[in-house]
Amino acid sequence: MSQTKKELLVDPLVDNNPITLQVLGICSALAVTSSLQVAFVMALAVTFVTAFSSMFISILRNQIPGSIRIIVQMVIIASLVILVDQILKAYAFQISKTLSVFVGLIITNCIVMGRAEAFAMKNPPVASFIDGLGNGMGYGLILMLVGIIRELFGSGSLFGVTILQTVNNGGWYVPNGLLLLPPSAFFVIGLLIWAFRTWKPNQVEEREYKIQQVEAH
Amino acid sequence: MSDTQSPERKGAIARFLAASPDSVGKTIFIAVAVCLVASMIVSAAAVSLRPVQESNKLKDKQVNILQVAGVYEPGVNVTEAFAAFEPHVLDLATGDFVDDQFDPATFDDLAAAGDPNLSVALDDDPAGIGRKAKYRVIYLLRDDAGALDKVILPLHGYGLWSTLYGFIALEKNGNDIYGLQFYQHGETPGLGAEVDNPRWKTLWNGKKLRDDAGVLQITVAKSQPAAGPDYYIDALAGATLTTVGVDNLVRFWMGDAGYAPFLAKLQAGEI
Repeated sequence: MSQTKKELLVDPLVDNNPITLQVLGICSALAVTSSLQVAFVMALAVTFVTAFSSMFISILRNQIPGSIRIIVQMVIIASLVILVDQILKAYAFQISKTLSVFVGLIITNCIVMGRAEAFAMKNPPVASFIDGLGNGMGYGLILMLVGIIRELFGSGSLFGVTILQTVNNGGWYVPNGLLLLPPSAFFVIGLLIWAFRTWKPNQVEEREYKIQQVEAH
Repeated sequence: MSDTQSPERKGAIARFLAASPDSVGKTIFIAVAVCLVASMIVSAAAVSLRPVQESNKLKDKQVNILQVAGVYEPGVNVTEAFAAFEPHVLDLATGDFVDDQFDPATFDDLAAAGDPNLSVALDDDPAGIGRKAKYRVIYLLRDDAGALDKVILPLHGYGLWSTLYGFIALEKNGNDIYGLQFYQHGETPGLGAEVDNPRWKTLWNGKKLRDDAGVLQITVAKSQPAAGPDYYIDALAGATLTTVGVDNLVRFWMGDAGYAPFLAKLQAGEI
């Protein structure tokens, strides 16, 4: 591993983004991006869990038996998620009401498991912590981008502050209801992936098949 | 190979750490140790944060009661403002308070709906709630002179995806609606979730439940019924099923299976 700590932190933001390049963690990205505030808290929660689970798993990496390693990783991740859930319920009650089940579902977020298995099991704790932090932030960055688009055009507001006065509240803007529903995040994320790969063509995957060139007889 | 035989005292930990993690003994040890440590952390967090969480839940409910009664302002001291509300446990069938049997401060009427002794199964169940508690906690708001001003009644019922939980505030005559507010639901954002829209909520203000003949007329629908505008709340655009749910649950709780006996007493001035 020749990556410096800065690379570990910055790479997952654009060049190796967990959502747009690895296409992981999509399910929660669909569910929690209809408002920015919720997306922001979710991003913080995932960053916290990814960073600390990677660190703890990395500390234990030489002691974890291969046969039960996934279970051990899950126990560590699940405990951290419950911790986050309990803290949110205690100190950010309104937001935890909106996030409801999705905090618990961080356990199943592929990004957390992916970093634990792909990075933390083979690297020292500090590097793993930074890698987790970077990937959490990469996830958060996409969440915020999707959240901005969905909340602005779906509810006419950003962070709950009205930008475009909607018709329901006596204004002029007819909100796009589709953007408040989970399927719209598919479109937005799809467009983001397209934009990212047009900007950085080396992210485009190679085709799994090639159309064979046959000379005409 | 296994290292189940007990290691010597000297350097036991170092030898244990150096042993292959794939041996049976070590596998079991790591599994148990990780679970123990994780469960301790989780239970410590759950136990130590419980009081804060409980007070949050209580405060959230109180804020909703203040809002539906129209006395909530941002920044107000919730506990202080809520002291003006008088909780009572109401026997739905008779319309009498049974505060001597249950403590209004601790009685949980939603939990009671699951207790066979405290609830009844519903055959006619338009609100889609399955079982109905025999007792509910209601709140009386008195004015500064101590005279009854408003009553706050809890209600709930099924919408499109979820059960909506809320409160309705009635004037002291037991027939005029002051406001309706849901504090928990999972309806579609932008459509059914517009039950939270302040503009829609103001439609409820000043509507009446029953006509002069005592027939329950309140309706939430797309078009105005024959009874007239005093009993009609416009439907939510694009949320037909949520609207039907709200209509059903309001009519159910305001009807004979709900608060009707209590409202009759209220109108007769017996409360």
